[in-house]
Formats: sequence, structure tokens, C-alpha cells
Amino acid sequence: MKQIIDFAYLVPLFPLIGFLINGLGRNYVGKPLVGIIGSGAVLASFVVSLLLFNVVKAEGSPFTYHLFDFIKTGGLYIPFDLQIDRLSVLFMLVITGVGFLIHLYSTAYMKEESSVHFARYFAYLNLFVFSMLLLVMGANYLIMFIGWEGVGLCSYLLIGYWFKNIDYGNAARKAFVMNRIGDLGFLLGLFFILQQFGSLTYTTIFPQAGGISVGILTVITLLLFVGATGKSAQIPLYTWLPDAMAGPTPVSALIHAATMVTAGIYMIARSNVLYTLAPSTQTVVAVVGLSTAILAATIAIKQNDIKKVLAYSTVSQLGYMFLGLGVGAYTGAVFHVMTHAFFKALLFLGAGSVIHAMHHEQDIRKMGGLSKKLPITHITFLIGCIAIAGIPPFSGFFSKDEILVHAFAANPVLYWVGLLGALMTAFYMFRLYAMTFRGSFRGTEDQAHHLHESPWSMTVPLIILAFLSVVAGFVGIPELIAPDAHKLQQFLAPVFAASTQLQEVHHVSHSTEYMLIAVSLTLIVLSIVWAWLKFSKKPEMDDAQGLGKVLANKWYVDELYDVVVSKPLQSLGVVLNRFIEKTAIDGLVNGAGKLVLWGGRQLRLLQSGQVGSYVLWMVLSILILIVFTLFI
Amino acid sequence: MNITEILFWFLSALALTGALMMVTGKNPVYSVLWLIVVFFAISGHYILLNAQFLAIVNLIVYAGAIMVLFLFVIMLMNLNADNEPQKNKWLKFAGLIAGGSLLLILVGALRQSDALRTQALQTGGEIGLIHHLGKVLFTDYVLPFELTSILFLSAIVGAVVIGKKGD
Amino acid sequence: MPINYYIILAVSLFSIGVAGVLTRRNAIIIFMCVELMLNAVNLLLVAFSKMHYTAAAIQNPASAVGTDGQLFVFFIMVVAAAEVSVGLAIIVMMYRNIHSVDVNFLNRLKH
Repeated sequence: MKQIIDFAYLVPLFPLIGFLINGLGRNYVGKPLVGIIGSGAVLASFVVSLLLFNVVKAEGSPFTYHLFDFIKTGGLYIPFDLQIDRLSVLFMLVITGVGFLIHLYSTAYMKEESSVHFARYFAYLNLFVFSMLLLVMGANYLIMFIGWEGVGLCSYLLIGYWFKNIDYGNAARKAFVMNRIGDLGFLLGLFFILQQFGSLTYTTIFPQAGGISVGILTVITLLLFVGATGKSAQIPLYTWLPDAMAGPTPVSALIHAATMVTAGIYMIARSNVLYTLAPSTQTVVAVVGLSTAILAATIAIKQNDIKKVLAYSTVSQLGYMFLGLGVGAYTGAVFHVMTHAFFKALLFLGAGSVIHAMHHEQDIRKMGGLSKKLPITHITFLIGCIAIAGIPPFSGFFSKDEILVHAFAANPVLYWVGLLGALMTAFYMFRLYAMTFRGSFRGTEDQAHHLHESPWSMTVPLIILAFLSVVAGFVGIPELIAPDAHKLQQFLAPVFAASTQLQEVHHVSHSTEYMLIAVSLTLIVLSIVWAWLKFSKKPEMDDAQGLGKVLANKWYVDELYDVVVSKPLQSLGVVLNRFIEKTAIDGLVNGAGKLVLWGGRQLRLLQSGQVGSYVLWMVLSILILIVFTLFI
Repeated sequence: MNITEILFWFLSALALTGALMMVTGKNPVYSVLWLIVVFFAISGHYILLNAQFLAIVNLIVYAGAIMVLFLFVIMLMNLNADNEPQKNKWLKFAGLIAGGSLLLILVGALRQSDALRTQALQTGGEIGLIHHLGKVLFTDYVLPFELTSILFLSAIVGAVVIGKKGD
Repeated sequence: MPINYYIILAVSLFSIGVAGVLTRRNAIIIFMCVELMLNAVNLLLVAFSKMHYTAAAIQNPASAVGTDGQLFVFFIMVVAAAEVSVGLAIIVMMYRNIHSVDVNFLNRLKH
């Protein structure tokens, strides 16, 4: 079976080829072919990933595949290696699997675009898949960073896909700048690691981590965490993600829900040893994650844009994942990444289907009663909502429960706050569901007339994702229900082995766990019923007042950032422009130009046009040359 | 002082005098005549150095053909009057200085080279005779020699094209 | 005769030629100065040829060392002859156009 490992490079190669063909040939390749190439490339990667998965399942140790030497100078050696282990193969499956479904979905969703832009879209999408695969497959932090920057770029390109709309362009820039802030932290973390360990390769760093002082590890992990907050939209850098909904809906599903935003989780899960050795960072991660989860959930309650609700929901779920990482539930976090990829992609694609049917109407106040017109979308969306709310046996229950139980073991306060967030999740998801699919239709006559179910290429991904959302949880059945049934934990055990040894596992007694599940289930069901009844009959139409208004305006965080960061920087820019730019820099630049002009005028006199003077110069130069060669 | 040395000094003095007169002369015709004197002196040097063939070629080609060509051109243009306008004094001075320093620098360089200063030249030797040079010319150097014919051809054509009146 | 006498003589002739090119304005005189410089170089080549022959003849009186130098002189004369024919044609042309052989009138490069 060694042969398949030798073809690991094919996994990122296929999307890269797809990107090149679609990107360079966008004027020549027809629309159907673009769709086939784009989707086919990802499907091919998925197949190779499956084969790799089979190999990795059999063996616990990671495989390293050496492509070429990337940087080799003096004491620094960074090879371009791919590392195939159980963690990366899991992410590869999710990325290529969900990625393929979303590519397939996009062929129908983006059908109205002109041929050139259609190809551009698929080229970006393929480039994104390539970068994301590079991110998870890299055998050292630098390769991860390359992928990290690549996905940031693709995110920028795809958010600003409809670049003629200025707001969308601004959203893209906001996402890019926010990500850059995080990337800077990540990069500093890399430099720190390089300085401490002399290498960026995972297999070199992690065994040595025990020998480094806790203080330094705390700094490194905090810096890496800054990168994670940027990419995975955590406080304080989360505001770009809701704005990123400017991109096409499949993009939101793929990049801003299922894959790219989980890069931060992947990075911390990958560096789990470093984090386990730095308990104070873990606390920071847990607190930031939980605060983000709660903050985003409160905002989501009052949003009326179908995609904005899902965006804040994504931020909130990512917060849960960080909570899991913070309390040492690495498996739980990765588990939640996987299930979240399924049900959040499902929800986004369902939302896309609704938007498609409603002719680009995104305001849920103008929807309602769509369940009859869009039966498949309705059923799958409902499944997604139940999954994210955490009702067993749907997948969301298992992963969220695992995180919360670990949080309880670490600190009960974390659990209760987390449960509050889960209640809000259930509430806003069913508010969204009820306002979209229940009640009576509130759109225009024209829209009602044209309501239709989406074509098969959009519904098939929905059905597959719905199926996965239902069953994905069974890979991680807690010990409570059936001993040794947590297949995912066993599968990932080698990756987190070092951390598991370092950290004593807090065990919660079975009775407590039963109690917790019972309490949380009861409360969640209650909040679902409340939301369902409240919003089916009487949708929330008027603008919110009081606290609701604050929530609808997202706690005024954007305004706060505007006042605290943007405005001072702008006024600083004005001052610098007026004094430094206009006088000093312009003076220097113009002075250089004037000097050259003046010098040219003086030197021009040398060009007398007289043959004699030219000969004289020649002789003098020859003299100087002779003196140089003979005497000096 | 044997006869060779006497001849050397005489020919050297003649060459330098001729050169100076050629450069300073007002009338181009006199300059040409002085240059011919220089060429004769140099030919004499060639004979002293046992380069008999070159001495004769020098006389025929330079002193004979080329200088006659110069004379023709000068007379063709009626330039025998010393009507050459004077150059800028400073430029003239600079030219003199430049030439003088070239001389000084090269002589200075020569004085640094002990290997050259101690070399003495003996009279005698037959390599300069035509039968010897001819043999080498038509064996080792036959290709460059034949190529010179093309050079001459192109020079002739060039001269005709350039000198043609009007077109 | 020491070789450096010849070198000094050749260098002197060459420098006189250079000074002439720099100081005179008559194109024909400048051209003649160029010829003088060529001859100075020729003289030097012949002197060196002789020097090498002298050094080699001590071992082998029938030595042919130095032939190359003399042939070089021969080729220089050939090139000089060609050059003179073209150069004089150019001077004639110049005289026909501007009715002077003063190189200072040839200052089109300035404009």
C-alpha cells in the first residue's frame, strides 16, 4: 500500500491544474466544461484522499512525503514536505468531499454568470481548495503558512467576486485586512518557533516542546492564537466574517463555514502539544472562544438577513470549537469541525437554494411559507437546524456534547455559559427556520409566481449533506452510551497522544453526565418549541427596540472599531499626508528630479559636438585607464 | 660609437624632427612632405632591424602610394594656402598636455619594467627577408592574406560610392 | 641597441601623433597624424620582433621567431591602405559638401 502514499502530491495537484485550466483558459473553455473540470478536479482529489485515508487508518504513524527543498541556507532548512497523518487526512476528506458537493452545487447556482466570470469563479474555487489542502497537508509551519495566505487571498477574491458592487469590494478588503492582522501574529509566532527550535517541521518541534520554558511557549501559542482569531473569526477579529457574506452563497458555505474558517482550529489541534504545555494560553483560548460563541449567538437572534444569521451562527460555532481546544478536548473540537462542516454547509446551501428561488432576496421578513414550494430544501434545512441545535441522534449533538462535557470537567461555569449559547443557537436557528419556511408567504406576487425547487445539481448536494449531518455523529458516540464506540477518538488518538499524556483527563461521572445531557436537551427542546411557535404565527416584522436594537446592530462593534481604530488612523493619515508627504517626501522626490535636470543641463555642455573635444576626452580616459592598469 | 648607433641616432632625430614639423606645419603640402621624411626614417630603422621586406613595402605603400594620394587630395581641394583657422588656445594647450602626459606615462611604465630595459638587440638574422616571410605568409597566414583581398575590394567600392558626385 | 631606445622613439612618435590629432583642425592633417601613430606602432612591433629573434637566436641561429610580428606589420599596412582610401574619399565628400576640411564644422552631433 506504500504506492498510494507516493501519490499524495496528487491531492493538491488536481485542484491546481483545475485552477490553471479554468483561470488561463477562461476565454476559451465553455461553461459546461468549466464546471466539469472544476468539480472533477476536486472529485479526483477526494478519491485520492479516500485511498490515503485507507492507508492511514491501517497505520498510526504519520507519513512524510518529500517534494523538494524549499529553503536551504546556512542553518535554516525548510523542505517542501507533505505530511499525511490521521488529522490531516480527516481534514482532506472534509475539504475535498464538502468541496466537491459545493462545486457541483455552484454549477447550477452560478449559471446566470457570463462564461468568463463563471470560469473565473471556478478558478478561484479550485485555487482555494488547493491552498486549503496545502494548509492541512504541509509537514511544517511554513507550508501551512503558504496555504494560510493562499486561502486568505482566495477568500478576498471570492468575497469580492461581484467586484462591480463597491460594498462587496469593501467587504472583501475588510476580510483581507482583518486576516492580515491575524497573519502577522501567526508569522511572528513562526519566527519565534524558528528561533527557539531551529526548525518549523512538526515532527522536529513537538518532541522538543517539553524542554522549552512555559513562558516562551505561552508567547508562541498566544501569537499563533492571534493568527487563529483572524482566520477563524474570533473576538476581536470576527467582524469580517458576517460581511464576507457578500460573496456568492456557495462560497460562504465552502470558505466561510466549512473549511477556511476552521484553519485556526486545525492549526491549534496540530500544535496541541504546545498548547497543552501552556495552560494560560489554553485559558485564554477557552475564554475567547466562549465569549465569541455567546456574543455571536446574541447578535444572530436579531438578524434578518438569512446569510447573516448563518454567518453569526458560524462565528458562534467556531467559538465552541475554540472552547473545546481551550479545555483540552482536541478530539471534540475536530469532531465539531467535521460535523459543523456538514450541517453548516448544508444550511448555507439550503439558504442559497432559497435565495435562488427568491431571486436574490435575502431578507427573511419577506419570505415565509416556503415549505410547500421547496420541499427538498425545506426538509434538508430542517435537518440542518436540528443538527446544529444539538438534538440526538443528529450529528451536532455528539460533537457539541463532547465539548460541553469537557468544559464542565474543566470548569462548570464554562459549561453553563456554553449551554446558554447552545440555547440561543437553537432559538435563532428555529427563528430562522420558522420565518423562512413556516407561516404565510410575505414576498411580492412576482416572486410567489416564480417560486420553484432548485435543479438536481443543487438538491443532490443538499441531500448528501443532510444524510451526513444525520449520521456523522455516530463516529463519535460517547462512552456513556456505548463503550468503545468513539471511533473518532481512537482514530485521532496518535495525533493527540502527547497531549493526552501530559494532561490528566478530567472525568465526569456517568450520573453527572446523564444529568447534564437531560438538562441541556430539555432546555434546547423548550427553546426550539418557543421559537417555532413564536415566529411561525407572528413573524418579527418591525425594527427592534431597546436591547434588541443593540443586538440588531451587532453590539455596535463595527462602529466601535471605526471610532477606536479606523478614525484615529485616518486622521493620522491626513496629518502625515499634509506634513510628511507633501513637504518631506514630495520635496525629496521632486528634489531628486530637479537635481537630475540641473545635472543634465550642466553635463550637456560636455557634448560640444566638436570632434576634437571628443577625442580629447577619449585620450584623457585612456590615460586614466593606463595609469590604473600600470601603476595601481 | 659604431656605425649602427650613429645611424640609429641620425634616423631617430630625423623621424622626430619630421613628425614635429608635420604636426606644426601650417601648409598641408609641407606636412605631407615632412611625413614622407618620417616614413623614410622609419624605413631606415626597419633596415637596421633586419626587416628589409617591410622597409621596402613601407616605402612603396606609405611613402609612395598613400602620401601621393594625400597630395592629390590636397591639391584637388586647393588647400595649399595656410588658411586653417586656429583652434581655441585652451583646447590646444589641453591637447599638448594630454599628448605629453601620454608620453610621460608610457616612459614611466617602461622604466618600471626591468625585463625590457636590459634587452639588447643584435644585428643579423634572415627572418625579415622576402623568401622567408613569403613562405609563412602563404602557408600559415594564407587565409587572412586572401581575406585582405576582400577588404581591399570593399574599400575600393566604398571609396567609389562615397566619392561619387551627387546621385 | 637596447630595446628601450626603440620603445621610447615609438612612444614619442605616437605621442606626437596624439598631440597632433588633438591640436589640429584640418581633417587631412589629423588623418596624417593617425598614419603617424600607425607607423609608430609598426616600428614598435618590428623592434619587438627583433628582440624575440635575438633572444631565440642564442640557442638556435636558424630560429624563425619574430616572423609573426613582421607579418602583423604587413597586415597593418594593408589595413591602413584600405583605410586611407576610404578616409580620403570621406574627406573629399566632406569638402564637397561644406567647402572646408575643418572638423569643427562637423558639429552636427550637438544638435
